[in-house]
Amino acid sequence: MSQIDPVARDSDRGRLTARLSHAIGRAGILIPFAITVVALGLTSPSFLRFQNLANILDQQAGIIIVACAGTLVLIAGGIDLSIGAIYGLAGATALITASSVSTPIGIIAGLGVGVAVGLVNGLVVTRLRVNALIGTLAMSFVVSGIAAIVTKGNLVVAFDHPEFKQFAATKLGGVTSAGWMMIGIAIVATILLSRTTFGRYVYATGGNAQAARLGGVRVNGIRVATFALSGAGAALAGVIDSSRVLSAQASGGQFLTFTVLTGIIVGGTSILGGEGSIQRTVFGCLFVALVANGFNLLGLDPFYQQVTLGVILVLAVSVDAWSRRFE
Amino acid sequence: MTTQDSVHLDVRGLGKSFGATRALDDVSVEVHSGSVHAFVGENGAGKSTLGKIMAGVLPPDQGDLVLRGTPVSFRSPREALERGIAIVAQEVALVPQLTVAENVFLGAEPRRAGFVDRRSLLDRFERLTVESGFDLKAGARVGQLSLAKQQQVEILRSLARQADLIVLDEPSASLSPKEVERLHEIVRTLTASGRTVVLVSHLLAEVLELAHTITVLRDGKVVSTNPTGEETEVSLVAAMLGRPISRAYPAKRFPPADAPLGLSIRGLSAPGVHDATLDVRAGEIVGLAGLVGAGRSELARAIYGASPTTAGDVSAGAIRLAGTPVASLRAGVAMIPESRKDDGLLLRRPIRENVSLASLATLGRFGFVRRHKEKAEVVGALERVNGSSLLEAPASALSGGNQQKLLFARALLAEPAVLIADEPTRGVDVGAKRDLYELLVSLAASGVAVLLISNEIEEILGLAHRVVVMRAGRLVAELSGAALTEEAILGAAFGTAPSTAA
Repeated sequence: MSQIDPVARDSDRGRLTARLSHAIGRAGILIPFAITVVALGLTSPSFLRFQNLANILDQQAGIIIVACAGTLVLIAGGIDLSIGAIYGLAGATALITASSVSTPIGIIAGLGVGVAVGLVNGLVVTRLRVNALIGTLAMSFVVSGIAAIVTKGNLVVAFDHPEFKQFAATKLGGVTSAGWMMIGIAIVATILLSRTTFGRYVYATGGNAQAARLGGVRVNGIRVATFALSGAGAALAGVIDSSRVLSAQASGGQFLTFTVLTGIIVGGTSILGGEGSIQRTVFGCLFVALVANGFNLLGLDPFYQQVTLGVILVLAVSVDAWSRRFE
Repeated sequence: MTTQDSVHLDVRGLGKSFGATRALDDVSVEVHSGSVHAFVGENGAGKSTLGKIMAGVLPPDQGDLVLRGTPVSFRSPREALERGIAIVAQEVALVPQLTVAENVFLGAEPRRAGFVDRRSLLDRFERLTVESGFDLKAGARVGQLSLAKQQQVEILRSLARQADLIVLDEPSASLSPKEVERLHEIVRTLTASGRTVVLVSHLLAEVLELAHTITVLRDGKVVSTNPTGEETEVSLVAAMLGRPISRAYPAKRFPPADAPLGLSIRGLSAPGVHDATLDVRAGEIVGLAGLVGAGRSELARAIYGASPTTAGDVSAGAIRLAGTPVASLRAGVAMIPESRKDDGLLLRRPIRENVSLASLATLGRFGFVRRHKEKAEVVGALERVNGSSLLEAPASALSGGNQQKLLFARALLAEPAVLIADEPTRGVDVGAKRDLYELLVSLAASGVAVLLISNEIEEILGLAHRVVVMRAGRLVAELSGAALTEEAILGAAFGTAPSTAA
């Protein structure tokens, strides 16, 4: 009678370990991020200067905006590989329209293109039941192709329309408008995800789509919405970057998709869906940027930078898998 | 006949638990060479578990297997196969893209210089089919074969490995009568060639026809092991029953005779469900009984709109359901799904979010979640179900019983007029079970129409005001009052009693 059931005891211990690993997963990216900041502050005197930090913010604005929207897609259990292509098409569309019509119309046209492609992505994934990875990969070809057609394969420039540059490069308190937009979008996305019913449904959809559906969530609607937002985010980033340099080309976002996914995943948002946050993504993207910035400041060989990023990405996914092993 | 007297596999004191559930308890049985030894019992009696342990699919917690006098312990089905024991499971485990011959020799292909020796493979296949009398084409793709043929491929595969003890787990569950006949011939051929067959089945007629020896299991224990000649359907059913009511159930509170209809189902058909018509009145608990695979969960899911229907109507009160979970919830129908992990919980999300999921529309304002209101209502719902008071821990941290209570709390928050509870106490410990029973009874007493699905007949008897029995996708009997007995339910579920119109 006094015998303890070994099975029950085992599962108690399992639950405890599961809770512990959950807590470690929660601190996540903040630990390496803080270490990097301290290390760079100590080794490179120029790192903590306001100008260097403001530069990092400005350069990362586009990436973090895309990553915030992409985080929604990943949490909802999807993935969007077309963000780089949307970025290129939207930037070119905005630039061409801004120089031929007006800056506001150009911006709206660029964003509109992103939302439209995002909606198509969503419908391909939900209505046509194409796996998100494949569906958005296919769409990235379609969109890149259209961008190449629109730009005739050339670099398009609008050096004669400096007013378009104001959209991203207006300085306010030492930070560019691109930087402020990024901060604003990160805050809005955080609130959307953590405070609204939509945010709850996003987590539920990615965490367990079947349970979410039975619990009264319109799972497909949520998925389409996240892809539309991702398209909008990628388009805004494209418009910002084309505005900043007054030029755009179809292939401008070639490496963006993987930079953004690296930032999101290193931040700790799971590629398996149902988990993650905007804060993590922001810190993840900044961490990746700091590693790159550190390599520059310390004058290290940039090839090692790639190797380092690759290792970090593997570690990030491995930590996620480790924290899930008790399920 | 001399071989039939020797013990092929001696099972000694086998025990196995899944969490708090004791699936097998001190099971001892001798399986004789060259015989068909059948294991029968209710759902959850432990017969499939026993078959899986014999074939190395599951390890036992206690006890020994002695194979022809030598103690053995298998760590995998592969190890069992090396000792001549194979299992043909309920779910076919073949590679659909490969051919019949490739599947039969999968992992044991005749090789020459590292390449598969196709000619020798086909030769061996030919010999095997002639010897066993199977009518299978070597080059046919397995994915295009009927289930019966696929099963034959599995049996052939075990023969190709020289298996001489074959465990058949519910082999005729999804076969047509003609295919079943063919299967029976195959079983006879197997034993005629000296092989031993362990037959796990809930079809009593099949067992009586094929088996030499029949062991009845109940609640993981051996009730009896007798030669088939000494058994009849009646004696087997009697042996499967006879369990005292061990758990106390709350007193039944029948709804008033003029209670309005809560749930009304008319001619509902869906995959696995044929033409179901059923009413549940407000305040009534209707039990849905039947064997595993009879279509009970399929019916529940079709009612709730979790899976598509092909015909028929469902109404809750005056509202016709549109066939989606969103519409059902809005019309006041909630469901506790059969599998809480697959269909119920967001395991990594906080308990609070899990409970409020289905009610966010009413807990929100302008799209924002009103967090104070949410917290207050979630706390209230968890108190009503006597559940965990933790709010921010992930759902995965809860025990099975508390996870189930969480799903009840979610359903309660949605204030349903109809509750479909599919296996609400599966894998739940006794204390939590009692809480859930109280909850179901008090919900019904407050006017909720409850449709209760359970594999435990005792539970159905203890809670339901009226019981509907399903068999092969159809509602075959309706039992209430004095006619509501365990024998009557089992009789209808097994098809041994004449069905009464539902």
